[in-house]
Amino acid sequence: MKNRQRGSTLPAVLFALVILALVAFTVAIFLSRKFASPAPISDNAAAVNHQYLLTLWIVGAVFVLAQLSLAFAVFRFRDRGQRARFLPGSVALEVACTAAAVIIFLGLGALGKKAWAAVRYTGPPTGSIQVEVTEMQFQFLFRYPGADGKFGRLDPALINAAMGNPLGIDPNSPEGKDDIVTGTLAVPVDRPVELLLRSQDVIHGFLVRELRLQQDAVPGMIIPLHFTPNKIGKYDIVCTQLCGLGHQRMHSYLEVMSEADYEKFLKQQAAAQ
Amino acid sequence: MIGRTHSRLFSSDHKVIGLQYCFLAMIAVVTGIVLSLLMRYHLAWPKGHLPFITGGIMTPEQYLALLTMHGTIMIFFVLTTAPQNAFGTYFLPLQIGAREMAFPVLNMIGFWLTFAAFIVLLAAFFVQGGAPISGWTAYPPLSGLGDITGPGEGAGQTLWIVSILIFCVASVLSSVNFIATIIEMRAPGMTLMRMPLTVWAWFITSILIMLSFSVLLAAGVLLLLDRSFGTSFFAPAGLVVTSQLQSHSGGSPLLWQHLFWFFGHPEVYIAILPGMGVTSQVLSNFSRKPVFGYPAMVVTLSAIGVLGFGVWGHHMFVSGMNPYSGFTFSVLTMSIAVPSAAKTFNWLGTLWGGKIQFTTPMLFALGFVSVFITGGLSGIFLAQPAVDNILHATYFVVAHLHLVMGVAAIFGVFAAIYYWFPKMFGRMMSEPLGKAHFWLTFAGVYCIFLPMHFMGIAGGIRRYADFTDVDYLQALQPLHLFMTIAAFFTAAVQIIFFFNFFRSMFVGKPATSNPWNATTLEWATTSPPPRDNFGPAKVMVYRGAYEYSVPGAPADFIPQHLPPSAPPRPSS
Repeated sequence: MKNRQRGSTLPAVLFALVILALVAFTVAIFLSRKFASPAPISDNAAAVNHQYLLTLWIVGAVFVLAQLSLAFAVFRFRDRGQRARFLPGSVALEVACTAAAVIIFLGLGALGKKAWAAVRYTGPPTGSIQVEVTEMQFQFLFRYPGADGKFGRLDPALINAAMGNPLGIDPNSPEGKDDIVTGTLAVPVDRPVELLLRSQDVIHGFLVRELRLQQDAVPGMIIPLHFTPNKIGKYDIVCTQLCGLGHQRMHSYLEVMSEADYEKFLKQQAAAQ
Repeated sequence: MIGRTHSRLFSSDHKVIGLQYCFLAMIAVVTGIVLSLLMRYHLAWPKGHLPFITGGIMTPEQYLALLTMHGTIMIFFVLTTAPQNAFGTYFLPLQIGAREMAFPVLNMIGFWLTFAAFIVLLAAFFVQGGAPISGWTAYPPLSGLGDITGPGEGAGQTLWIVSILIFCVASVLSSVNFIATIIEMRAPGMTLMRMPLTVWAWFITSILIMLSFSVLLAAGVLLLLDRSFGTSFFAPAGLVVTSQLQSHSGGSPLLWQHLFWFFGHPEVYIAILPGMGVTSQVLSNFSRKPVFGYPAMVVTLSAIGVLGFGVWGHHMFVSGMNPYSGFTFSVLTMSIAVPSAAKTFNWLGTLWGGKIQFTTPMLFALGFVSVFITGGLSGIFLAQPAVDNILHATYFVVAHLHLVMGVAAIFGVFAAIYYWFPKMFGRMMSEPLGKAHFWLTFAGVYCIFLPMHFMGIAGGIRRYADFTDVDYLQALQPLHLFMTIAAFFTAAVQIIFFFNFFRSMFVGKPATSNPWNATTLEWATTSPPPRDNFGPAKVMVYRGAYEYSVPGAPADFIPQHLPPSAPPRPSS
């Protein structure tokens, strides 16, 4: 190989340009806010959003800095017939870089605890509305405890969708007589809600983007999840865990409504059971 | 003639076995790409007709079968097989001055078991019900109850498990061989801290393989027992599938996830560490500079290896695992960003003040650094359980894993192929074709995977056969179309690579023994090396692996085997 490699300017410029285009395009798309989650509808969702945006700014800055440093180094130190500098390393620089990474990444991780702990470390506030969510191939069913505030006993052996008992509610259980089973999740606005996630067959998922809440429903487990919606509206519930051939059509709605509408909804559903 | 073919095919020469792994990975990667293109076609045109599919339009179960097989083939038979087994088996003995692996026959057995595993996996396409639909992660109960949970979950899923079990045995055998070879077979003078970083990377990777694949082996056996022998390791009581009560009781679906990801997360590093080693070596070679911070590179490789075993729970933040565990795993995951950042810093330091020569292997190594930065940083989002609420199971994860463990690892493989091709075949690959391949691939992969992040942020759910059933997902269809076009483009330009590779094998310009003016031991022997690697010469090592541009030296590189007094001789 010749001592000086000819034509190293063109690839150096090209590489730097590709990196510049990548950085410019990425920054432009994020600044345009064209792709984003819909507006949060709970305080916790807003907190998660805040942490996401904080991460975006910090990681974005590191991304731009690292990519531009790479592009600069490639362009600046292209072969122009110079002799390379013998630089085997620098302990001081290694320590400084490591310390910076520790502060940035572990600091960010520590800040992220708040939004997670707020709904995952603690139970729901007292007076929450309880709704049981049962998932199965390939639908969501929601059970309200009815006037007595208690769920009836379930028995998997009694599950019979064709006979109108898809959850297997024990007919001899007095608490079960007034249970209400629906296909969409209706809740009143500004009231805390506790969901109890179950699955009958395989693992399913549960995601409402506006709540910034995602949780798997695992057979054999009852997993609690709580939130307080603050905006009336109809929001998608989707399955996020691969559950079989109908996964992509497993879909329902969260309907956040006024207290009056919620009472009306419960009455209508109770009459229809 | 038959005898000769026989001895060539069932050779215990590590160089032959390395090439066999390389060709197996090539067959696997082409298969995996074809499967992904079929998926991409369906995602862009959900109602589009495909001539060879019964009924014309792909069904969701066919889509999920492609998804499962694409992931499995790529992760096991490409990303584990190529960077570690193909190049490690070929170049590890050469780089440490050994004449063979520690256990040559074991080496051969490892390859043929891997080959058998690949055939068993492909057989899943042709059995009743087709290939499994449970993804490469095979979460039970979906994967654990037989065909009642869906097509492909009968014989197809069983073959999948058997294939993985065979692969696990092969991988553990070969990793033990790597470890023994590195510990026992180094040439005199080749101290640990004189080893090339590629050798360090294969060493750490071998330890990861030995520890993680043995756990996957155990998990796979349990899953097989659940399916075929009525045990209930992963199946709880009271399962009702399509109105039929199952007889299992007492198992835990989360147990599988813990065992699987105890393997699955180190697997990410198994795929990427060898690429990091190659990148370090190639950046140093073509910057004509020592690797910046060689001891730090060794420490960070080891730190990634150790920490890599403590982060598996970040795949399970929303799985129903204890939320306190989730946060602990989050902190450990953030810690692994520290050695990763230090590595990136050292690669930039290696370039700094250098004399950069833009050969094809160098371009792919530079591409590796860029892609690793992009793919690695998106991990900072996913490492936080709160943020994971919104990004888990979206295309953001798919983009992250494809960039950091797929594309970066493959860029490492391309760098390795272009770098070592002259040594393996005694001929040079075409540089103009290699460069065309790099530029088109570099642009192509970003066109596929950058928009994929945006799709995830906008809520695009992964593993959906199509986006037609949910309104907000339909709005993302134009992104799917763009990514599909980019994927077909990027796949098409790989033809340049294969053409260059096979053409150069026969008519490439003859290579000298050290065409890149490199320092490590594989360049001290002929291209290709003789059966015993170094012929009659006695191999001695006198210096570190990357002595480039040493002040006062007559040439800008000093090979490792050169005694302190002798002057280096640049080739041609």
